[in-house]
Amino acid sequence: MTSRTSAGVRRHGDGPLLRALSSVPALVYLLVLMVIPLGLVIAYAFLTSGRFGGVQGPATLDNITRLFQPLYLEVLASSVVNAGLATFIAFLIGFPAALAITRLSLSWQTVALIAVVMPFWTNFLIRTYAWILLLNREGILSDGLALIGLGPIEVLYTREAVILGLTYAYIPLMVLPIYASLQRLDSMLLEAACNLGAGPWRRFRTILLPLTMPGIITGCLFVFIPSLGNFVIPELLGGGNSQMIGNLIRDQFLKSRDWPFGSALSLLVLALLVIIVMLQASAARRSRKWGA
Amino acid sequence: MATQRTRARRASVLGIAGAVCAVLLAACGGGSSGGDASPSPSLDPSADLSKQSIVVSNWDAYMDPDVALKFTDTTKANITVAKHATNEEIVGKLTAGGDPGIDVAFVSGQYAQALNEAGLLEPIDPRLVPNMANLYPESKNLSFDPGSTFSVPYAWGTTGICYREDLMAAAPTSWNDLLNPAPEYEKKTLMLATQPWLNLPAAKALGFSANTTDEGELEQIKQQLLKTKPTLLGFDDVTFYSRLAAGEVVMAVAWDGWCNYSGDPNVKFVVPSEGADLWADTMVVLKSSKNKEAAMAYINFMIGDEMQSWMTNNILYKSPNKTIAEKAAAELGADFPNIAMTPADLAKGESLIDLGAASKIYQQIATEVQAS
Repeated sequence: MTSRTSAGVRRHGDGPLLRALSSVPALVYLLVLMVIPLGLVIAYAFLTSGRFGGVQGPATLDNITRLFQPLYLEVLASSVVNAGLATFIAFLIGFPAALAITRLSLSWQTVALIAVVMPFWTNFLIRTYAWILLLNREGILSDGLALIGLGPIEVLYTREAVILGLTYAYIPLMVLPIYASLQRLDSMLLEAACNLGAGPWRRFRTILLPLTMPGIITGCLFVFIPSLGNFVIPELLGGGNSQMIGNLIRDQFLKSRDWPFGSALSLLVLALLVIIVMLQASAARRSRKWGA
Repeated sequence: MATQRTRARRASVLGIAGAVCAVLLAACGGGSSGGDASPSPSLDPSADLSKQSIVVSNWDAYMDPDVALKFTDTTKANITVAKHATNEEIVGKLTAGGDPGIDVAFVSGQYAQALNEAGLLEPIDPRLVPNMANLYPESKNLSFDPGSTFSVPYAWGTTGICYREDLMAAAPTSWNDLLNPAPEYEKKTLMLATQPWLNLPAAKALGFSANTTDEGELEQIKQQLLKTKPTLLGFDDVTFYSRLAAGEVVMAVAWDGWCNYSGDPNVKFVVPSEGADLWADTMVVLKSSKNKEAAMAYINFMIGDEMQSWMTNNILYKSPNKTIAEKAAAELGADFPNIAMTPADLAKGESLIDLGAASKIYQQIATEVQAS
């Protein structure tokens, strides 16, 4: 109580000028890297494309109405499904993995966490290329399954390969936040539940899951958002058989030189993500209420 | 072979990093600037090149790595080499408005045409590019720039089918062999995803121009591609030659030189009987260049024997330089049949031109086919 009061006093003592100054870097950062680019994207979405890309007048709503053609909505829907499945699988693997890590001794926890982030030390493109070698018809997976009479199989250049690639690429981002929230969990609660006769499933459902929900939701967002916009994995592992919204946006800028429509597509993805983040915020609020 | 394998010229995936930068850099560009239409004062053939310096932008690994040293040795002019990953990236830079700081750019023919129409290119001064006389006349008369008035070809070629001779009962002769494959080859074929090469096989099989902008024809092309898609293993612009070498696929639509990168003698190249395209990668001088004499000297140097010999021996594309092309055909033609193609063979292909507004329809077809 005492310390909180004294901190409050000190904060008042800083004066409004210093406080205003201290927020300048953050404001500049937001302005330069967020407000201006976003403003450009919004403005471009309502203009006409120039011959070499770029934009020109007159202003138009064509790009926005074009978004609602079934072709583009289908690509968006299939991207959401791909990213959603990748997130779900990453959760199914990531949650037990995070739980297992918290059960290790402290020094082994460090080793395990380094192992989780180790793939990030290798270039993303190289890791994705490596999957091509594993998954192709003449690759290790297919040959291995053939040895036990289950192959050869077609995985590369399918939607399943894309989902696998997305799951693999982003699973560390699922493990880390869940691990952090499991760490904060008071293990006495689980012991008490056990002593009072709660079975493993009940302990999981009534204690573990609700108390780690903020970490789970954060992990899901960390996996879902980059998966949704990814265009490298669909291209390399999907072989162009499974277009995602990221490919579509990339192609508008780099192939059809249609920046306005590319901007409109970006806004569509942005709108979707804003909705999802708002849902997350309300879910997090609710789970805090349960936690308290 | 390492240089060839890492070549990223049309490789869309390897271009991604560059592409991202391009988008970020170009974002502030906006608009298509008209360029300076006024004629520049005529060039001075006796200008002192040692006082001039130029910036050249080329695809990575598309020319002799020692080009800067050799060029300066020969002409005394200073040179800086910049890289771009795709045509779209360099065109974005050149059209962003203001002085792009680039004197000479390598772009494919149809992009040179578009840049010229925007008034951005300096006419080629034949007095300063005497090596033009050594180029095949056909290579100087491509439909995007008849007479090579604003662009000079660096390499040229065509598109066809790479196939595994040992894994197929008979060599493919028609685009239809790939578009409507025999059942045993289903799921063992690849196509290019980049336009206009995605459309090309269907366009030619249906008897249309490779540059068609007719809506009815484009619809028929799309229907054929939608029918072909379930029979494909996938679309691959980057690694198709290694898929062929691994035996995963038996046929792939391919730019001619790329079949050679497989390193497998069973991988052969054929231009189907319906014909194909004729592409050229060209060099252009920007009107905004302040050292145009050195820029012209650079182009002259690049179509000279030494640099053309490097290109055809390392990239395995055909040279428009007659002496070098004939020498390469004799030395390499047996191993790399595309190098042995004559200008008459090549000229049967239809040269690609800028599609203007229709490029959007082409891209829409690509999206529809890939999303189906």
